[in-house]
Amino acid sequence: MKLTLQSDTLTWLDDRVGIETLKQLAQKKEVPLHRHTIWYYFGGMTLFLFAVQMITGVLLLFYYKPGAETAFESVQYIMADVRFGWLIRSIHSWSANLMIFTMFVHMFSVFLLKAYRAPRELTWVSGSLLFFIILGFGFSGYLLPWNKLAYFATKVGTEIAGVVPIIGQLVLRFLRGGDEVTGATLTRFYGLHVSVLPAITLLLLVAHILFVQRQGMSVPKKFESKKLPTMKFVPNFLLRDVLGWLLVFAALISLATIFPWELGEKADPFAPAPAGIKPEWFFLFMFQTLKLLPAKIGFMDGEVLGALAFGIGGMFWMLVPFLDRKAVNGKNHRLFTILGVIILLYIITMTVWGYLA
Amino acid sequence: MKSHYLEKIFYTQQPYRRLKIIVILLFLILFAIIWALTQGAKAESDTANTTATKEKNSCVECHTQMGEALAHPVEAMQKDVHAEHNLSCADCHGGDPTQFAPELAMNPRKGFIAKPKPKEMAAFCGKCHSDAEFMKKFNPTMRVDQEHEYATSVHGKRVQQGDEKPATCISCHGFHGIKAVNDATSPVYPLNVAATCSGCHANADYMRGYDIPTNQLEKYNHSVHAEALQKKQDLSAPTCNDCHGNHGAAPPGVSAVANVCGTCHSRQAEMFQKSPHNDAFANMGVAGCAVCHSNHEIQTPSDELIGTNDKSACVNCHTQGDAGFAAAATMRGMISELDEQIHDADGLLTKAAKAGMEVSRPQFELQETRNQLVNARVVVHSFSPTTLANAVSPAIESAKKQTEEGKQALVELRNRYKGLGLSLAFIFLAAMSVYLKIRQIENGKNK
Repeated sequence: MKLTLQSDTLTWLDDRVGIETLKQLAQKKEVPLHRHTIWYYFGGMTLFLFAVQMITGVLLLFYYKPGAETAFESVQYIMADVRFGWLIRSIHSWSANLMIFTMFVHMFSVFLLKAYRAPRELTWVSGSLLFFIILGFGFSGYLLPWNKLAYFATKVGTEIAGVVPIIGQLVLRFLRGGDEVTGATLTRFYGLHVSVLPAITLLLLVAHILFVQRQGMSVPKKFESKKLPTMKFVPNFLLRDVLGWLLVFAALISLATIFPWELGEKADPFAPAPAGIKPEWFFLFMFQTLKLLPAKIGFMDGEVLGALAFGIGGMFWMLVPFLDRKAVNGKNHRLFTILGVIILLYIITMTVWGYLA
Repeated sequence: MKSHYLEKIFYTQQPYRRLKIIVILLFLILFAIIWALTQGAKAESDTANTTATKEKNSCVECHTQMGEALAHPVEAMQKDVHAEHNLSCADCHGGDPTQFAPELAMNPRKGFIAKPKPKEMAAFCGKCHSDAEFMKKFNPTMRVDQEHEYATSVHGKRVQQGDEKPATCISCHGFHGIKAVNDATSPVYPLNVAATCSGCHANADYMRGYDIPTNQLEKYNHSVHAEALQKKQDLSAPTCNDCHGNHGAAPPGVSAVANVCGTCHSRQAEMFQKSPHNDAFANMGVAGCAVCHSNHEIQTPSDELIGTNDKSACVNCHTQGDAGFAAAATMRGMISELDEQIHDADGLLTKAAKAGMEVSRPQFELQETRNQLVNARVVVHSFSPTTLANAVSPAIESAKKQTEEGKQALVELRNRYKGLGLSLAFIFLAAMSVYLKIRQIENGKNK
């Protein structure tokens, strides 16, 4: 009876949404096996952590109250009085950091394996846009507890945006909702964090995943000519994915329990900035670079030049598939590999330096 | 038609007429130049005359020429607050600085006083400093009662009796180079007052015959007040003149001590004056606050001061069996209990906070309890166990509540770890199942 019911339901659904087609697609999907297969897992891992962010984020929304007078107190309430509130908030914060880490790994593995080459240019572009959006999530979300560190980090962060010529001041005022970081900044960061950024992310994510499904997994150039063994996506690869997710989730709840995310002191716009203020680790490489630049480079302010360089760098990064002319023709470009390694080493060095400074 | 007229003048065919006009114009220009030059010279001469009048100061000129000690006042006056307000030598010393003959310049009939005697000093400075009309030109909020106050001081009284050793205005403020009181280099700037007073008061030879100790500075330097003033640079902390007065300097009388201390420690003074100790000490002829806290060497008070142990001040008068002895023991017991409760709560909450527990609310409330302990230590000055109990009891209740919250936070922490252990076990079980499933699928396929 049970089987019949299931099969009846499936038939009913199949008639309406075409489950059979999806099933066939899933059964057809295969993952090539080679010594770089491990990197395929990081995209899925990032997606899993994003799902964790969505769920915990919605749960936090039930209690969070944006506003200079309520935000800190509501997070304090979540941490102290809401049942499992501390766990949800700590998972949200830890998961955000882990997600950005796995996203970096995923992005650099794609770059170094040249998976962006034709016909996957748009997969890369949508992925890099997601990268910038996720950093935007990090920047906007950091301010929401309205604590001292977040307040000053946002002040410094938006000041950097403000130095960009011509549009800088406009961007600064748009981000801050005025000349200073105030409650108005908090509400607009909140709006961006829970509404605008998730909407854009979902659109880009759907596009990104559809591109991956349409083109299948990219195989590194040197293995392309060989007949590679494959693994079925469903269930073999997916089960491995699930195994990874379970282990990451275990790490996540351990971190959240043993090192609950600190709340710190409430932001006080009239208090002096705490000494040695630093942004979140994922912005540290940019912050450290700007710190090291001299006040004047030629006729330009060092800071302005730095901010411009990062802007141009981001643009270059997104357009790599079109700039790497050899990749367009399906060849390996050594220069881009070297460039990727240099950028990676630069980010790591500057982050460590910024952390220790 | 006017243009035609002008044309006629300049373009006329009559050459002599044109020349005549040019000559007239030249004369006019010359006249204007001469007039301008005359005016300029007049202005210069006016300035020169003014400067000559201003600079014609025989005191400065002669004393500068005399050199050494006699020239010193001229040099010192450059940085004097009076000179900054354009006052000259004659404004204090009188005489006529426009005269260069010594007998005319330093003519006593013109009010000249070379060096006022100690007895005359207060009046000498008071000429201006007691004149409210005059002083308000320089500083409308400045006091003008110093001379009057000085007459009430021990220094002033002795000087009037003919003793020339006690301090007069210049002993503390200096002369020829006097600085404003708020100038950090002034000898009467708060940080310098103790050194200034001790210039005489710590000098045993100088003070011989006055029958007062000379170790006040040494004692003061070990006091909580000196620490606040000198180490923490807290200019509101008391130095000599804050308790003894400055111009009216005198040791506070026995009955006045509580008032003196009470200018800053007002609640303690208020409680003390209503306490049984107020009359008892007065009858004994001992100075209120100083009985327990001493005078110059006042230490940070500790809870040890009250109670019945050896370090307590109470046992100096009270003995086992009397009511005061029992009250002292009770009050000390209350303060100690509150202190211990706060200590316990603080330990537990700090431990919980370090482990990442959100306990900022009870920690904030504990701060309020600490304030209640501070208040209780003030209430001790009522020397009434009942009054103290009213202040301490609610604070002990709060501290107990915060201790309980600290304990609960640590229990919650342990529960979190247990929960984590259980969750990890489930997750690893699930992970193991997935792993076995993968193996099962792939082994089956391989076969």
